[in-house]
Amino acid sequence: MYAWIFRHLPGPLWLRIVFSLVLVALALVLMVQFLFPWMSHFTQFTDSTIGSADQP
Amino acid sequence: MVLQEKAGPVAPPARRGSLLRGTIQVIGELLITAGIILLLFVAWQLWWTNVESDAKQSQVIKEFAQDLSTAAPSPAATAPAAPPAGGQDFGTPVVGTAPGHAGTIGIMYIPRFGATYTRPIVQGTSQDVLDTLGLGHYSNTAMPGAVGNFAVAGHRQTHGAVLDNIHTLVPGDKIYVQTRDGFYVYVFRNNQIVLPSRTDVLEPVPTQPGVAPTESYLTMTSCNPRFGAEERIIAYALLDSWRPASAGPPAEIAAQVAAATGKG
Repeated sequence: MYAWIFRHLPGPLWLRIVFSLVLVALALVLMVQFLFPWMSHFTQFTDSTIGSADQP
Repeated sequence: MVLQEKAGPVAPPARRGSLLRGTIQVIGELLITAGIILLLFVAWQLWWTNVESDAKQSQVIKEFAQDLSTAAPSPAATAPAAPPAGGQDFGTPVVGTAPGHAGTIGIMYIPRFGATYTRPIVQGTSQDVLDTLGLGHYSNTAMPGAVGNFAVAGHRQTHGAVLDNIHTLVPGDKIYVQTRDGFYVYVFRNNQIVLPSRTDVLEPVPTQPGVAPTESYLTMTSCNPRFGAEERIIAYALLDSWRPASAGPPAEIAAQVAAATGKG
């Protein structure tokens, strides 16, 4: 899959390497911005309030 | 990325075999990706949320300090301006009015947690407050200095880990709360580990529902154990003294206050 993506990137080798690094960086940004905050709702070790049900 | 280089130029006769092999390879790569994402998630949760929250909380403190230097304290705070003889007893503490949700109440200094421990206290205990802004004040409890219970929550781990060292407090440790009106000095009494359903720790007299308070308590709640949330660890402290803002910070934390509020 990744090899397929890499083969289908345009340009010479160096450009494709740059391109794939940009794609990895983009994926990281998307994960930190959206995926991880969403996932953190499913981990329970950050709840520090008492009677959480009463709290908004 | 180089994994498939071998599978690329496969001879046509083995077409079905190569399809199967390609499918398995994609599934394998997806599973590896999922594993890497989970590892990254752990790193994000345990490390990066602290970086983000620390930055945000310093900014909240900075804004609060700016606010302090411009806005005058509430009128009552200026009343006992002349300190009585002895210079330590400033009478009944002035109690500020609670700000709206996510408004900054003040700054907490706990020397036991390190000489530079300064965290904002923000109104509310919803996730947006606790995850970024610092210690959250249970909005249905008293304000600092009031007779009753001033209760705050903070993360033990992640998002700044504001109360990570709550278990290291020793009876007699001072906890300082700075508001627009002045400085409230609380003395730590004891820890208690309870189940998350124990809302009675937030009562005006902690754990004694229906009893009319005669003293000012500070109650801090955080998760327990350190990397879990099955229980809550509670720290109780009692108001010892207070100083109006005009009298300046207590000598023990003068340097910290100066550093936090940017005044020499």
